[in-house]
Amino acid sequence: MTGRTAWQAAMRALSALAVDPVGLGGITVRARVGPVQSAFEEASDALPLPRHRINPTAPDAQLFGGLDVLASLQEGRVVQQPGLIAEPAVLMLTSAERATGRFAARLAQLLDQKNQHCLVLLDEGIEDDEVPPLTLRERIAFSADLTGLSWRDTDQKVPALDVLSLARQRLGQIETTTEHLDSLVAAAAQFGIDSLRAPLFALRCARALAAIDGQDKVDEPQICEAAELVYAARATRLPETTDTSEAQEPPPPQPESGESGSPGETQSMPLEDILVSAVAAQLPEDIFEQQRRQQIARAKAGGSGAGARRFSQRRGRPLASRPGRPNGQSRIDVVATLRSAAPFQGLRKKREDGAKVVIYPSDLRVRRYETHSDRLLIMAVDASGSSAFARMAEAKGAAELLLARGYAARDHVALVAFSGTEAEVLLPATRSLVQAKRRLAALPGGGGTPLASGLIAATKLVEAATHHGLSPSVVVLTDGRGNIALDGTADRAAARKDTETAAKNLRQSYTPTVVIDISSRPGKDSANLAHWLEAHYLPLPRADAAKISQAADAALRT
Amino acid sequence: MSQPFPFTAIVGQDEMKLALILTAIDPSIGGVLVFGDRGTGKSTLVRGFAALLPEIKSVKGCPVNSARLEDCPDWVTTATDEMISQPTPVIDLPLGVTEDRVTGALDIERALTQGEKAFEPGLLARANRGYLYIDEVNLLEDHVVDLLLDVAQSGVNAVEREGLSVRHPARFVLIGSGNPEEGELRPQLLDRFGLSVEVSSSNDIGARIEAVRRRDHFDTDRSGFLRKWRSRETKTRKKILAARENLAAVKVPEDILRLCAELSVALGADGLRGELTMLRTVRALAAYEGREAPQREDLRRIAPMALSHRLRRDPLDEAGSTTRVQRTAEDVLA
Repeated sequence: MTGRTAWQAAMRALSALAVDPVGLGGITVRARVGPVQSAFEEASDALPLPRHRINPTAPDAQLFGGLDVLASLQEGRVVQQPGLIAEPAVLMLTSAERATGRFAARLAQLLDQKNQHCLVLLDEGIEDDEVPPLTLRERIAFSADLTGLSWRDTDQKVPALDVLSLARQRLGQIETTTEHLDSLVAAAAQFGIDSLRAPLFALRCARALAAIDGQDKVDEPQICEAAELVYAARATRLPETTDTSEAQEPPPPQPESGESGSPGETQSMPLEDILVSAVAAQLPEDIFEQQRRQQIARAKAGGSGAGARRFSQRRGRPLASRPGRPNGQSRIDVVATLRSAAPFQGLRKKREDGAKVVIYPSDLRVRRYETHSDRLLIMAVDASGSSAFARMAEAKGAAELLLARGYAARDHVALVAFSGTEAEVLLPATRSLVQAKRRLAALPGGGGTPLASGLIAATKLVEAATHHGLSPSVVVLTDGRGNIALDGTADRAAARKDTETAAKNLRQSYTPTVVIDISSRPGKDSANLAHWLEAHYLPLPRADAAKISQAADAALRT
Repeated sequence: MSQPFPFTAIVGQDEMKLALILTAIDPSIGGVLVFGDRGTGKSTLVRGFAALLPEIKSVKGCPVNSARLEDCPDWVTTATDEMISQPTPVIDLPLGVTEDRVTGALDIERALTQGEKAFEPGLLARANRGYLYIDEVNLLEDHVVDLLLDVAQSGVNAVEREGLSVRHPARFVLIGSGNPEEGELRPQLLDRFGLSVEVSSSNDIGARIEAVRRRDHFDTDRSGFLRKWRSRETKTRKKILAARENLAAVKVPEDILRLCAELSVALGADGLRGELTMLRTVRALAAYEGREAPQREDLRRIAPMALSHRLRRDPLDEAGSTTRVQRTAEDVLA
């Protein structure tokens, strides 16, 4: 999709939004601050409701309403302020990618209840995993990616205001057929869009577009356009009928099978298939890769204890206090509050007769801290006969170097060894690196390779660590040739199957993982394992333990 | 508030519907936990359920919806001897709610203006004899969760703060919904919910089309849609009322009790809460279907919702605990 068409699609979405602002919920716009974003904001003047800019870190009371401290003190009675959410409005959330899950959930709840707002998320994220919370994106119809556009692309404007307001009046009379609805639902299912909000949005969008185009009923072009606008950002898989390579090419697919070989045949295709190919053409090449990364980011952001660095209001390294009101989560910083009130005492005392110290609400400062959640390095070491004969000593060397690095970073470590019939947790999560080193050195080699059992032990450690607020990462040192099934029998086929299940299980926890291949000839088995785990794969180079530990460390820390 | 989407008009999600209805028949079953993806209609279903519930009679002016005048807590000064009918309270607990909003606190206005100490009831008071609904329960602040657990367990809200010492009954059914992607719930909290249901959107295109069609009809012609579904709503409401009457008459035979215990043991569920919940649920189900005694088949139907959240997680079983319970239930009940 070129910059110009992306902008055109965004403007089309915006005009539909202007016609049905509440019904369609809103739009996500991904663009850095710059002329393109300003052009979009200018265009969004077309939205009929009053517009408020809000920030994810805005005080609660501004958004959701609450006690008005100043007015309450002045009037001597409790004064509540309503908050922006009380009135129908367009809420423009700046830096939407920084919104926390909790903020998003609250906002979403209130939007659901009131049902009179339109949300514009200005997403200024750069990395793939910097995206606004899914809770909010799910509740709004459109998404436009304007990154990389130049100002020259933004020449298309939204229709004039009177056209839009006429369309708004006519919106109620636009007719749709059940066939439209059926094919929209079917197309959504083909793209793996589970939420039923998507087809509803698409239907509403088609109505709004038809109203703008001055039609009395929805026609095929509008349905197609609506599907493109709404589904493209939500697709989680490619439809089965379309070959993957087709959809990845930017121009509309030309399947060799001849399904839609000529334009004449396109007309006779069922609506559902037309929709599917229209949407497929809109999908960016690496959409699924992107989604996977977002998923990982989401898993890290959610849940307690995850995430490496976070602000805290209770413990950790103290940061500068900031203005704010003490509430359930934060405590007042008395010294900083007094300090900020001090300069004005002379002035204030003239007004407030007889008071010793006069403190206004604007003086209040709350404490802030920063905490790091500790990292836990879980090492699963293959101590089986096959790897013992090969390069056990080298593997130990690499592991020791990793431990040393862990020591420097004050990480916790845990050690799992697998050999014989099952895995054993040699060392539960600890900071005693010395102990880890000793246990590792004394690790005997020999027996079968219960790889699956080892992975499960690691998974359990990961889970326990997450509950304790640690950020775990896993290093698997193995030759990948698991030959002991979970029940302890030496059955290669069953072992392979169990290993795959166990690996996929570990992957579900979105833990950064590295597989270090310690076989004498790095080969397919470990690479397979890395694939199942979606882990980094590092074959152990000859006689260079330092290099491998460096590489593993780099892979885990990014 | 505008009329919500009718409960009976929601396509599919039968398990969740059944779970909610059973708690309406016998509130002692405990809460319902609903986990599922976005856009599966969790919130819609709960809001629809609120509208479906039969009305309750309560003392006019009583902040805790007492059923009789003598039940009113002693700090209540506004109660009258008039009785009113009111909808069963379904109270939303918003995320980011403060502790004093939940439990109630000193009435600041009266303290400031009249200099007297008075108690301003919170959400727990309003939810008495009704439901407390927490959307995104897994995102709720820990200190609020702890507080809720305590009250849900004891049925009494005791406030000791700011020089106040107040108690009032707070018997409510907790409904929590959430999205598992956003974080898991602590096992302690899981266990307090009587029933748990996993919802997912249907893969059947026909059902999906029907769901979207109804929703679209509701959005475009609300009053017409509500009229169309009114008789179905009334019928379900009457069925719930009849089941409540019938509940005391349902006798649970010895062998069903034994099966409950066997199931719990086979699954390794912790504590006796699982058995108790199963017993109450199976009794409510029998009452709902107008039978005098529950059958094995009933047990099979309710076992997953009563037990699936009480199991320890098995890292190897990708199928999820619901399937595990089903499998075990097949074995035990065979």
